[in-house]
Amino acid sequence: MSLETNDAAFHEALIKEVLEQYPEKSQKKRARHLSVIKTDEAAGSSSCGVKSNIKSVPGVMTIRGCAYAGSKGVVWGPVKDMLHISHGPVGCGHYSWSQRRNYFTGTVGIDSFVTMQVTSDFQERDIVFGGDKNLEKMIDELDGLFPLNNGISIQSECPIGLIGDDIEAVAKKKAKDIGKTVVPVRCEGFRGVSQSLGHHIANDAIRDWVFDKTKPEWETGPYDVNLIADYNIGGDAWPSRKLLEEMGLRVIGSWSGDATLAEMERAPKAKLNLIHCYRSMNYICRHMEEKYSIPWVEYNFFGPTQIAESLRKIAAQFDDKIKEGAEKVIAKYQPLVDAVVAKYKPRLEGKKVMLYVGGLRPRHVATAYDDLGMNIVGSGYEFGHNDDYQRTTHYLKDGTLIYDDVTGYELEKFIEKIRPDLVGSGIKEKYATQKMGVPFRQMHSWDYSGPYHGYDGFAIFARDMDMAVNSPVWSKFKAPWKAA
Amino acid sequence: MARQIAFYGKGGIGKSTTSQNTLAALVEMDQKILIVGCDPKADSTRLILNTKMQDTVLHLAAKAGSVEDLELEDVMKIGYKGIMCTEAGGPEPGVGCAGRGVITAINFLEENGAYDGIDYVSYDVLGDVVCGGFAMPIRENKAQEIYIVMSGEMMALYAANNISKGILKYAGSGGVRLGGLICNERQTDRELDLAESLAKRLNTQLIHFVPRDNVVQHAELRRQTVIQYNPDCQQAQEYRSLATKIHANGGKGTIPTPITMEELEDMLLEFGIMKTDEQALAELEAKEKSLCSAG
Repeated sequence: MSLETNDAAFHEALIKEVLEQYPEKSQKKRARHLSVIKTDEAAGSSSCGVKSNIKSVPGVMTIRGCAYAGSKGVVWGPVKDMLHISHGPVGCGHYSWSQRRNYFTGTVGIDSFVTMQVTSDFQERDIVFGGDKNLEKMIDELDGLFPLNNGISIQSECPIGLIGDDIEAVAKKKAKDIGKTVVPVRCEGFRGVSQSLGHHIANDAIRDWVFDKTKPEWETGPYDVNLIADYNIGGDAWPSRKLLEEMGLRVIGSWSGDATLAEMERAPKAKLNLIHCYRSMNYICRHMEEKYSIPWVEYNFFGPTQIAESLRKIAAQFDDKIKEGAEKVIAKYQPLVDAVVAKYKPRLEGKKVMLYVGGLRPRHVATAYDDLGMNIVGSGYEFGHNDDYQRTTHYLKDGTLIYDDVTGYELEKFIEKIRPDLVGSGIKEKYATQKMGVPFRQMHSWDYSGPYHGYDGFAIFARDMDMAVNSPVWSKFKAPWKAA
Repeated sequence: MARQIAFYGKGGIGKSTTSQNTLAALVEMDQKILIVGCDPKADSTRLILNTKMQDTVLHLAAKAGSVEDLELEDVMKIGYKGIMCTEAGGPEPGVGCAGRGVITAINFLEENGAYDGIDYVSYDVLGDVVCGGFAMPIRENKAQEIYIVMSGEMMALYAANNISKGILKYAGSGGVRLGGLICNERQTDRELDLAESLAKRLNTQLIHFVPRDNVVQHAELRRQTVIQYNPDCQQAQEYRSLATKIHANGGKGTIPTPITMEELEDMLLEFGIMKTDEQALAELEAKEKSLCSAG
């Protein structure tokens, strides 16, 4: 690490400066979400002590999404052999169409449907008279049009909850009629404070409408694991799966990136659940632990330090064969890691990075930057909870600026004052940041690149960060007539 | 400009019967009237049309695709002495959103000029203002005068007070006013006194006390108003008298002053409708005693 700590005093002053712009009430509210990491010498632990998972202050530009986005966009959408109906008016489905780069194998429209947009396209009459009948008809038509689908999910948009459509009754009836799984999900966008509740509701739907509904014929092996909450953005799950298989484990399900319904149905047969995005799928892991006694382990496949640590942590749950396998895998990829670090570290060393992503990456990718000698100076979650922040300080240095549910104004000010060498956030933040002359990478979609998970992903990650930070375009930022 | 009036009140209090009889009396005074039924049951025009309206705005719209596909003529029926009738209609109980239906239907009627050249537009709204949709006629400057149909029964009084709260809420932003209370006699204790007293507390008037008369049932069974069924009876005169008062009441509505739950309960105690706990206990004791002695 290039620096032991970040400049806490500077960051604290910055928070104060930013807050001063708010009216008193908003100031009080926002103050609880901004902080600087501090080690408590007495307790020997560090904390960032921000409040999280609270309703955004009205009037600010929050970057959050809604429960529908959490269920349809994140958890259910990538399940590739199911059709996901955006139940309600056309906009929610249309404007979220293919926004997450969940890669999958298969043929779209034949046996895979991830990149399709299916909506019941509510009209006024559906609102007044209810959408149940249309929904039934739609399920019949979908099953006829796409006979190789293995199931259908109903993703509720806001009006469904307002008019009280009985989608559960429709799901039960149609499941019988078409002989396939039909899952109703009550993820109306107005529920909760962010997309986070949508994840939870989607997890509950898996519990209530998928588990124990069928009897999967599956011969259990001693090394069966589920790869949970890797959404295969830009193909992330594939190098992850490769590493696990190389160390001797059998991945019997990949959720929900590149997932099939069958993989979800047989999940309770695994020996261990490996969870990447804790925020969006810890619920189902906890359920499987309680009901089927399957333990779960959090892991992090960003950057070689965390990959090695995670592989060893996972291997520790198994016998010596797997432990040896893990060491072999780590050794095998060490030359790749060394080559990547040798090439990119000199170009990236000491560069300051600010992150603002969803519910996992603000902490998980931090060590990948560390591995390249870069320095995270600020980080925050859109929709993290208290338990996410508890897990964050472990990855970040003292003095790091923490911002929960950051507002457009705050983030802009922070970037302006800190002038980091790189900002990693989403599409809405990208162009505003670049116009300030600060390099940017999208950390939701990997900026149409990826994968970033695993050793192979690290090489791509390092290349992409170098490309952003050291692009010659930034030397042309000053207008020639002003440069003089 | 048409005078827009609306009848509100507790479910089952006789809003539709009272409004249709009153409007039948108003039409005798050469007024051009349009009824907008805002109840999914679509029974606000039954006595005027002498049949239940079949073609409601929303059912026709659902059949045609959307309200944009409808013509005004499709949804307008002419009833007793030229009274024009429309029904918003709506879903069967338990599905969809009837409130949204009311909004859709009223907007359709307005946009298509249903209110042009009319003296009176009368909204008949379902008993309980359960959501924003059913408050539509008192929002957005639609009805200027609200008439609350009530009786001396406790729940009817509660409802009248609640509806006043709704009117007060919108009185500031729009022009909605409380026209008065119409008491439909249920023969409870001191009913007239109580109605007058409540009217005073709400800063309004008891515009008419409609006595109970079986002829209303007889007419209703024949899908007629009393005015049509037996124009010379005393009850018909009562409705004519109510119509005359409403006709003279234009622009005289007030902003209501709804009272708190405690104040309302105190009032009911005063009139002996509700009993205090002590009274109730004493009565129970007396009852038990009489039972014991009888046993």
